[in-house]
Amino acid sequence: MEILSRLFQNFFNWEYIAQVLPVMLTAGIWNTLFLTAVSGVLAVVLGVLLAVMGMSHSRWLRWPARIYTDVLRGIPAILLIVIMGQGLFWLARDVFGTTSPYPLGITALTLITAAYLGEIFRSGIQSVDVGQSDAARALGFSSGSTMLFVIIPQGIRRVLPATMNQLIQLIKLSSLVFYLGLQADQREIFRIAQDFASMSGNQSALTVAAVCYLIITVPLTHLVNFIDQRLRDGKRVVVQDDPLAETGALDQPTSTTTPTTGVKPAAKETVS
Amino acid sequence: MTTIQTATAAVGIEARGIHLSYGSNHVLRGVELDVEQGTTACIIGPSGSGKSTLLRTMNRLAEPDAGEILLDGRSVMGDDPNVFRQRVGMVFQHFNLFPHMTVLQNVTFGLRRLRRMGREEAEAEAMQQLAHVGLAAKAPFRPSALSGGQQQRVALARALAMRPQVMLFDEVTSALDPELVKGILRLMAELSSEGMTMVVVTHEMGFARNVADQVTFMDAGVVVETGAPERIFDDPQSARLRRFLDQVL
Repeated sequence: MEILSRLFQNFFNWEYIAQVLPVMLTAGIWNTLFLTAVSGVLAVVLGVLLAVMGMSHSRWLRWPARIYTDVLRGIPAILLIVIMGQGLFWLARDVFGTTSPYPLGITALTLITAAYLGEIFRSGIQSVDVGQSDAARALGFSSGSTMLFVIIPQGIRRVLPATMNQLIQLIKLSSLVFYLGLQADQREIFRIAQDFASMSGNQSALTVAAVCYLIITVPLTHLVNFIDQRLRDGKRVVVQDDPLAETGALDQPTSTTTPTTGVKPAAKETVS
Repeated sequence: MTTIQTATAAVGIEARGIHLSYGSNHVLRGVELDVEQGTTACIIGPSGSGKSTLLRTMNRLAEPDAGEILLDGRSVMGDDPNVFRQRVGMVFQHFNLFPHMTVLQNVTFGLRRLRRMGREEAEAEAMQQLAHVGLAAKAPFRPSALSGGQQQRVALARALAMRPQVMLFDEVTSALDPELVKGILRLMAELSSEGMTMVVVTHEMGFARNVADQVTFMDAGVVVETGAPERIFDDPQSARLRRFLDQVL
């Protein structure tokens, strides 16, 4: 029993939790969300760019995208952050005009996440039926407009769950910016918890950090399922009249029998 | 039934000496096709004969290796293909509606982005086209809520909304359940009688016989025979066409 009590005190000491919680709620969570949101948006933009480059007919666009993706996915995130933090700090100071480690941290998080998102988007875009592009181009759309208005929106929708997984990954990844050396008010969830735990010798702050991450990530995973469903079905349409009545009973939905593969029916010569 | 004013500007379309290869596969071997203004040409032939590929070269979705496409007597090979395609509507076997847009947005998409119409004007035009194919009530729905036949009618409305001068149909009823085919063919026959220039790749021999002004039989990448429907169906000249008709009729 004593062991259990000690374990409990070590991770669930209410006194320590009460001390760390206000800092977590006023600074930690918001700094984590800020780092994630900014680098998430930038990574989506860069990821789309990488995906489109990776599918280009020009090797001068395709190869840089491939190499970038291979390198950035192939090295540990912490290594890149340390490389940038230690090696490029002086450069970041000149470029961003601040000694805050945030711009550098956001850059590192963006570069890493974009490499993964690029591959996710590429697989989504490539899964869009070629008939979609045919239809848009037959209307008179250029290949660029077709990509922008028809292919990319559909492709990204298909990989929305995978994209959201990557963004959840990014939330957790953002803890690594503590390697860049954060000032007191810049600390995010992990750094606050770690500081507190090492000062107090009690791990309850780490428990608080874990709960904070879960509070952010778990609703997000459920949100993505909701959005996914919504995108699939579109907005709910409320129509007063029976929508099927007008076209007659023979014209019932047959979407399950609609081939989407572009494969022609095998026995078509015999159709008269 | 309201008449759509698409046919007034219809022009003739012509394919001259079209060659096209995919790798070592010589799909089109010098195809000639002349479809006069306001007439309907049906292209029939076995699988792999190059019918659909020919149709795709006619709006330059596939660029021929040699030969040219003439619209209204003038070669379009030097034109911007995107501008040219706005003049030639196409309907596909698998409808290819945009699933992330509503039925209405599918039809207004080209009007707004390419014709640069305002929202209200584009929607009014689209609703008129949807009403013509009997689907105005479906405007707010996604295509996935529609049957195959309804989706194909929306695809037709989407193409006609652009006021094309020629319409291409690529086996548009092949993916439909038999009971849904008639509605599409009726709309096509109507469009034909209104004076639209139409090129129709089809396995519907009844449609070819009754609606077409001219029927072209293709096999192995060439036009084997072309002529009035009665001549093609009742008095086939070549052994290949006779064999094909024996199989399909």
